[in-house]
Amino acid sequence: MIKRKLVLSFPENIVTKPITYRLVKEFNLEFNILRAEITPDMEGKMLIELKGDKDKIEQSIKYLTDTGVSVQEAAKDIIIDKNLCVDCGVCTSICITQAISLDNKTSKLKFNKEKCILCELCLDCCPVSAIKVNI
Amino acid sequence: MVKTIEEINEKIKSGKVLVLNAEEIIDYVKEKGIKKAAKDVDVVTTATFSPMCSSGAFLNFGHSDPPIRMTKVWLNDVPAYAGIAAVDVYIGATEISETEGMDYGGAHVIEDLIAGKPIKLKAIGSGTDCYPRREIETYITKDTINQAYLFNPRNAYQNYTAATNSSNRTIYTYMGKLLPNFGNATYSSAGQLSPLLNDPYYRTIGIGTRIFLAGSQGYVSWHGTQHNPGKERLADGVPCGPAGTLAVIGDLKKMSPEYLRACTFHGYGVTIFMGIGIPIPVIDEEMVEFLKIKDEDIYTEIFDYSVQRRNKPSYGKVNYGQLRSGRIKINNKNVQTGSISSYSKALEIANVLKREIKTGKFYLTASVASIPLDEEIKSLDILSKEEL
Repeated sequence: MIKRKLVLSFPENIVTKPITYRLVKEFNLEFNILRAEITPDMEGKMLIELKGDKDKIEQSIKYLTDTGVSVQEAAKDIIIDKNLCVDCGVCTSICITQAISLDNKTSKLKFNKEKCILCELCLDCCPVSAIKVNI
Repeated sequence: MVKTIEEINEKIKSGKVLVLNAEEIIDYVKEKGIKKAAKDVDVVTTATFSPMCSSGAFLNFGHSDPPIRMTKVWLNDVPAYAGIAAVDVYIGATEISETEGMDYGGAHVIEDLIAGKPIKLKAIGSGTDCYPRREIETYITKDTINQAYLFNPRNAYQNYTAATNSSNRTIYTYMGKLLPNFGNATYSSAGQLSPLLNDPYYRTIGIGTRIFLAGSQGYVSWHGTQHNPGKERLADGVPCGPAGTLAVIGDLKKMSPEYLRACTFHGYGVTIFMGIGIPIPVIDEEMVEFLKIKDEDIYTEIFDYSVQRRNKPSYGKVNYGQLRSGRIKINNKNVQTGSISSYSKALEIANVLKREIKTGKFYLTASVASIPLDEEIKSLDILSKEEL
């Protein structure tokens, strides 16, 4: 059993197909959709975590690619540069999963990577550009 | 019982001074009472570290040979105001670069100067008999120029509004990024640590008050622009929205980038985080009544920044205890909050100032004139000469 975090992009013509369903049905994978959205030009994006047999995951990625879904490794990380951060905490108001918060005692910024779903909403909110994406 | 500034300074000199920060005084009063606190405590240090747009620096470059009367000046491609004497300029914090746009501005020039970095100076002049040169391009640092002092027309706001967004699109404001449908709310005050919230009627803070200004010892030079002491106040005298302001002055060459930081609010522009600390002498019991203020007693009003008008709809009042908890209710909806003012930096400054006073590096000054309590804020209407 392994876990992989992927970003799936669904082009307009397949956006309505029940593709994730087949990941369970045919490849016996457990999945957790961390984020999904359909952009105004009808392209679907999904941040998904797959859990299951290593070979099955590889097969599922092939299936996805063959269907027309573009698959990217969600290898990016949100990074907060503590040297730049001034601990104002304005980003904590943007962070839906509260991965970023201010410590109750010290009022300093804390970042819990485990909770981050890479939604990137915080990227353009930092006044000192301390929040970056590591690709 | 009344304590004078001279008596407090004597105590600083002899090393017997008791200094607390504006957070510590709250518990001290709770435990020991007003009377004892007024007797024991000599100074309470207050502070703020927040974006303050109305900031900038006067610089004098010295004269070149042959000399030039600079009529237009750029520092790292950021225009500086040159409509004063030949080689004097004012570089405003929010001015943006003509080549880099919002990524670099006057605030960055000021921060780079303080950090000792070289700055490209470009200037043009019209060429006169006494100032024949018409253009110059050279490099300066804070050490190669004459005076360099910050003169900030409006800093240290006594309270500020909270902002939210009722519309269905994300908006980018000086209060930060506001998500649609009340997606978040932001605020900007150090609350219980904030200088003017601890001296709401300006009893001790006045013109000439020595302050901690971005790591240096600066002074309150005037009341700030948009000073609005008449703002609605609660029973304890604390205004529930933007009220008094201070104009401050200090030597840029002695400042530290640790306590002054250039910043950019995406989609809005460049501004500057200013670190300001103000010591409040505990002159009497009444002063302690003001100094014991805590976040839960300080209220501000939440405004809808999606309404692009001078007067925005209000969603009611909220206190800083609630705001700092990270979550408030607006129209019965849970809304996440975030501050654009750094509480931890403010606390750090309050503690640095405390240490400086305790070790005899910082002495208090009595103000030479008071900050006005009767000034009103005006708005700008579009009128013809006849309608004035």
